[in-house]
Amino acid sequence: MIYPQHKALLDKFNIRSLRFSFWLQCVFILLLALALFGPIMNLLIWTVTESWYFPHALPSQWGFKYWQQVFNPYSDVSGSLFTSLLIAVLTVVVCMIVSIPAGYALSKRSMPLRIFWMLLFLIPQAFPNLTVYMNIARLFYEFGLNGTLPGVIIVHSVHGLMFSIWISVAAFSSTDPMLERASRNLGAGPFYTFFHIVLPQAAPGLIASCIFVFLESLDEFTGTFFVGSPNISTLPLLLYTASMEGNYQIASITALILLVPSILFMVIIHKFMKPEMLSKLGK
Amino acid sequence: MRQTTSRHLLKNPLWLIAPAALMVGIFFLYPLCFSLYSAITLDDGSVTLSHLNKAFALYSNDIFFTIIIVLISVAILAVLSITIAALITLSPFRSLTKTLAFLYRLPLFIPFIVTAQMMRTFLAKNGLMNNAFVASGLLTPMDTVSFLGWSGIIITFVWKQLAFSTLLISGAMAALDDSQIRAARNLGASRLRILFQIILPQIIPTLGVAMVLSIVTMMSVLSVPLMIGTGSPTMMTADMAFRINSYGDYHVANALGLVSYCICAGLAWFYLRQNLKEKGAN
Repeated sequence: MIYPQHKALLDKFNIRSLRFSFWLQCVFILLLALALFGPIMNLLIWTVTESWYFPHALPSQWGFKYWQQVFNPYSDVSGSLFTSLLIAVLTVVVCMIVSIPAGYALSKRSMPLRIFWMLLFLIPQAFPNLTVYMNIARLFYEFGLNGTLPGVIIVHSVHGLMFSIWISVAAFSSTDPMLERASRNLGAGPFYTFFHIVLPQAAPGLIASCIFVFLESLDEFTGTFFVGSPNISTLPLLLYTASMEGNYQIASITALILLVPSILFMVIIHKFMKPEMLSKLGK
Repeated sequence: MRQTTSRHLLKNPLWLIAPAALMVGIFFLYPLCFSLYSAITLDDGSVTLSHLNKAFALYSNDIFFTIIIVLISVAILAVLSITIAALITLSPFRSLTKTLAFLYRLPLFIPFIVTAQMMRTFLAKNGLMNNAFVASGLLTPMDTVSFLGWSGIIITFVWKQLAFSTLLISGAMAALDDSQIRAARNLGASRLRILFQIILPQIIPTLGVAMVLSIVTMMSVLSVPLMIGTGSPTMMTADMAFRINSYGDYHVANALGLVSYCICAGLAWFYLRQNLKEKGAN
């Protein structure tokens, strides 16, 4: 039996502890926001800094001098940007050519050794890949592929293959097998059925996998570092060189250029990708 | 029925997989095996342990340092991502959880190299972090220290990997049966107790997967140790790159690679064993 005044006391206690936990959570979120936005702010400040020396808390001279330097058509940055985009697009093409058939075949439960094949494509993400890259570089050196575009594209494609295959398996699994059978029964050939019935249904998932492969290729550093250098200069390599030379303005502007597609795609994918969905991947 | 149709469409499904499998085989598995082979043989093909010995003699400090960095980062990651995911699942304040859900995903697609550059400026002696402390009166300009070094590497790894591991863990929490949590609430369990006794035991496998994947990522990122870890000791990845670029010494670099596989395998094995033990206990 709870007396009324007891109940009131209990409620008061509950409200107080609730209010306490509200403020505690607010403080936690605030600290997290500071920790997340701090480094990004610092990067943004460096892009518009002209000089910044030790005792000053903020840059002593602001300006866009380095932006002109970067976007000058003869600068290293525009060349690297073009190389990076070219490599990323070609990597997406290679990955799609290879993984659309594989994804379609693996989406069928009747596929023999299905688990084995799925795990095989997981391997490039399950081992520390630095050692592999240095040995690929040594291998490519013998075939004259080191420092060439095809060499870098191959390395990026193998790295992106896991994303493209796993996501396209999920995409093809969600297509309706009845439509496929209906098309076949009405006399359409297997290729006609695949391109007109199956592929359009899987298109959204395939586009998502293209985005992942594109981003992975654009941001890839280690593989390009071993296989591409010194002839191929992508944006990440340029960023690294500029940063190591202490040229933080150029490095920060390059980093900002790399951030644009990442944030753009995050906003797009944010609409499609829910944590609940991620837990169903690979089933 | 469905089986016959799919077989009809795909007379020989192996042909569809062959190109992808060949690519992984030639450009990943072959170099992987070659690195193992190169780590334990001399140029004439005879088996030797001298490369491993040399790797340990020169870099045992760095190997130890790498393990410590990875373990600390993973521990912080686990605590932080469970806290965030639990807040999102259990907190009664909807507006706060929405903000949090947006916030933690922010670094998901930010590349490692960009993170490294951000941290290189943020954590430096004259970085925004120290300047903010000085401006708020917590430190004087003379007391500031640069965090570039082992602590900077840990901060960078945690900053970048937090989004990924929280995404996996909050996904697992969202997939849990909601009625269990509601039943526990109705029976008077506190939120903390629900987290530790109902939610955590069920998401342990996902937590393990997230941590193992994070470890593999940390062991293969080259840009962070190169850009943040100034001076010695440094991480093994930086040593491998140095060994190759400065000496062209593939044997010792591959021996270090072998050690890094062993560390990953060891941690993965530890996770599997814990998992099996729990299954055996039930």
